[in-house]
Amino acid sequence: MEIEKIIIGLEVHVELKTASKMFCSCSADHFGKIPNTQTCPVCLGLPGALPVPNKKAVEWTILLGAALGGEIQKYSCFERKNYFYPDLPKGYQISQYRHPFILGGAIVLNSGKKIRIKRIHLEEDTGKLLHETVEQEKVSLIDFNRSGVPLVEIVSEPDINSSEEAKEYLEKIQKVVRYLDISSGDMEKGSMRCEPNVNLAISNSGRIFYTPIVELKNINSFRFVKKAIDFEVNRLFEEFQKNRIEKAKGNKQTRGWDDTRQITFPQREKEEENDYRYFPDPDIPPIEWTDEEISNFKKQASIFELPWDKKARFQSQYLLSASQAEILTEEKTLADFFEQCSKLGKEKKISPVEIANIIINKRSPAGLSPAQLIDWISHQKNSPSISEAQIDQLIIKYLSEHKEAVAGYKAGKVQALGVIVGLIKKETGIVVPIEKIAKFVDKI
Amino acid sequence: MINPNQLTLVELQQKIKSKEISPHELIQKTQDQIAKVDTEIFAYVSINERAKDQLTSLVSKGNDLPLLGIPMAVKDVLSTKGLKTTASSKILENYIPPYDATVVKKLKDAGAIVIGKTNCDSFAFGASTENSGFGITKNPWDQSRVAGGSSGGSAAAVAADECTFALGTDTGGSIRQPSSFCGVTGLKPTYGACSRFGLLAMASSFDCPGPIAKTVEDCRVIFNLMKGRDNQDATSYYKDYGAERKKEKIKIGLAKEFFSEGINEEVKKTVKKAASLLEENGFLIEEISLPHTQYAIATYYILVPSEISSNMARYDGIRFGKSREVLEDEVKRRIVLGTYSLSAGYYDEYYDKAARVRSLITKDYLEAFSKVDVILGPVSPTTAFKIGEKTKNPLEMYLADVLTSSANLAGIPGLALPCGFDEKGLPVGMQILGPHFSEDLLFFIGETYQNLTDWHKKKPNLGGKNGN
Amino acid sequence: MSNFTLSDLLRLSKLSQIKLSEKELDKFSTQISEILNFISQLSNINTQEVSPQTHSTGRKNVFREDEVKPSLTQEEALKNAPATYKGFFKVRAIFTEETQK
Repeated sequence: MEIEKIIIGLEVHVELKTASKMFCSCSADHFGKIPNTQTCPVCLGLPGALPVPNKKAVEWTILLGAALGGEIQKYSCFERKNYFYPDLPKGYQISQYRHPFILGGAIVLNSGKKIRIKRIHLEEDTGKLLHETVEQEKVSLIDFNRSGVPLVEIVSEPDINSSEEAKEYLEKIQKVVRYLDISSGDMEKGSMRCEPNVNLAISNSGRIFYTPIVELKNINSFRFVKKAIDFEVNRLFEEFQKNRIEKAKGNKQTRGWDDTRQITFPQREKEEENDYRYFPDPDIPPIEWTDEEISNFKKQASIFELPWDKKARFQSQYLLSASQAEILTEEKTLADFFEQCSKLGKEKKISPVEIANIIINKRSPAGLSPAQLIDWISHQKNSPSISEAQIDQLIIKYLSEHKEAVAGYKAGKVQALGVIVGLIKKETGIVVPIEKIAKFVDKI
Repeated sequence: MINPNQLTLVELQQKIKSKEISPHELIQKTQDQIAKVDTEIFAYVSINERAKDQLTSLVSKGNDLPLLGIPMAVKDVLSTKGLKTTASSKILENYIPPYDATVVKKLKDAGAIVIGKTNCDSFAFGASTENSGFGITKNPWDQSRVAGGSSGGSAAAVAADECTFALGTDTGGSIRQPSSFCGVTGLKPTYGACSRFGLLAMASSFDCPGPIAKTVEDCRVIFNLMKGRDNQDATSYYKDYGAERKKEKIKIGLAKEFFSEGINEEVKKTVKKAASLLEENGFLIEEISLPHTQYAIATYYILVPSEISSNMARYDGIRFGKSREVLEDEVKRRIVLGTYSLSAGYYDEYYDKAARVRSLITKDYLEAFSKVDVILGPVSPTTAFKIGEKTKNPLEMYLADVLTSSANLAGIPGLALPCGFDEKGLPVGMQILGPHFSEDLLFFIGETYQNLTDWHKKKPNLGGKNGN
Repeated sequence: MSNFTLSDLLRLSKLSQIKLSEKELDKFSTQISEILNFISQLSNINTQEVSPQTHSTGRKNVFREDEVKPSLTQEEALKNAPATYKGFFKVRAIFTEETQK
């Protein structure tokens, strides 16, 4: 008996960084705020309150879907997902079911393997539940500041076949939402959450058997994703060897990751039958886009270059290596900085590869603008006669001539050495990092 | 001697402006009337103790407001800030909303004073106010009979001069039927015309807040202050067709399904008489058909409980209110029924099916309105029935909605006004239904009728005490 | 025709968190059965040509600008709650079979 295939589908929730919540005007910036200070009748589920959808949240969802190659659905609507839980104030969550905003799309892994996206939809977040003991009684404490914050749900097809692939898929989603600047995509802070659905195809005596599917919860870092999936794969295999129970309707399990004990443990199912009784939310008129609106969304999305497309372009356009391109496209701001430098460097005959090396290896002083960096590189190149040793000489010379600078530094004012930096620059055109000069003083 | 609380809104507006009556006097007389009759009638579940203070503060700011000092009764399913809002249910016995419903706020901004919250069937689920968690409102015309429902308290308060006007809500007839039973005038506006923000939701795609008053003219004034798009209600919308309306050769349709066997003979006769009177005065009468009328109740009682079951889920006793155990019977019944029709395996057969029949019923009306301008008919198969008469079998109570519920399915407006009395001396009401946003046309016909008749001027004899 | 059973009612009671006493179970069983029988007449109508009317205004794309407005104070938010603790709403513990803290 052996594992033929690991089958993983990922459900990822991304918290959008809109200013206000999904269906009301309370602030959506809830992390670390005093409990229940950012609520209103709507997100508190008070009698008589009504939801009105946040335009920006809808637009960002469409943009994300289009950027990932999904189909913008002409007709969509919000539906109510009905279930009881203390962190769900209305007793239903406004979500999407039959008619999500986006169908399809894909994330391409570094290996070239395509992980298909099934659907992308928009919903509201629940409140936060804390388990405490108060006056010797076990209680649950609820904070509704997070209730109603917009949440995008991205559901993949079960195309993922290893914990590494799962981790990579997640990292790529994080990159995209950060690139689009629609979410901080922070797993530790909870603005990005992941629920892997895992099962195995096991071969035994020439036949293939499928184990029940397990949904993993409480995973709040990329590391945990890998560990939890690895653990679960082993556990599922052992479990099947023991009891031979195959995947069947209704035997999907939910398990949580416990990082202290490094295991997954069973969690109570929310409902035996998960009968959410979805129906279109009568409080919210449906959404229908005109052909023109859809083509406008597509145009907007096409302006956004996906991180991996940018990486590929950097390699071909700037002749960078894969690892150089990877580092420079980690964050959009850095990538943009690099490109600006490259543009300016062209006139001064400084190659992108040179610029890349200098940025990546942090050889230049910090905090320079693209123009300043090009300047600095220029000077480095045009004064090849000045060696490191000669710079050192200059530092020593000026330090001895400016005892007040040394005194100021020793008194705690690092910036006192700035005068030395200025003098060297004047003489050689080179900007020496203040830390380098400080090291000399420390040695004295 | 006519007491100020017996006057219409329009009359009071004139007399207050001319300083013939002071708003303080009006509030005082209204409160006196409540003290005198309400232990019997039980129209109110709570009284606003600060009404006089609020009036004083309002008057000090100036007196340009159109409804300055007018005492308004508010059905207890509409949120009033700082004032208990119970939906006439034990589960919300002590709930105090931190905000006003939009329609309440608009009228308060226009100067109206909330005199108290009126009794209704719990959460508006009912047609007699017998489902209230706090007691039954009696019909001021005959206290052994129901005031109607679910806005029974509001209609009774207007009829008994315990307020100048009241706010009700109409989901399946709940403004029109009690207005009809109590001999007053009530408007179910077009769905969406008046904001639902702050209205404790029963069925979200049906609920309509609206005015109940002593005359059509009063309803018109109040409605014009209530209506309009609200940013906090995504389903609210208003379109004014006023100037385009014709004022001559108006065609009134009589739907044959509204005059079928199941309707009481006296009621039919009285309403037909009203139609004849209008015909004599320049209106054209034509017979039409609304073929799917017979399916209206079944459709209604699938869709409404479905929406109810979801809307009632927020009452979990955590952020407000008591535990779900104290919910009244009819509330529990509808929640269970609605949960069934939405549940897996039944959605297509019940909810989806009913939603399709709803389209057919809406189509019936649209087709009818291509032939006639408005439709006229009775509001209820009977006049006010005896307390306890229909409570044994919930289905029997549901069947009484046959004439009113189809308008809610289609979202069209309906104006109910008195058109006579039966042999027992009980009021008979008729309703005028029109296309979406045709309120001004309904008002025109209603006001014309009230200029020709004086049914609306009659007052119940409240045990000989109210001296008119 | 409806074959609404007691077990249906028990399942619904659980789903909707409406506890029903023995007496209520009995009464509701009969009443709801009757109502469902009445409602089943809709199956006689041909609705293939029409689409469901799920919203009543015919309106579409109603949105709100992404602007922040003042929230309720913590006091206002907690005002009607039966049980609170240090700014939180309080309920009896919701148990999951874990010792997770």
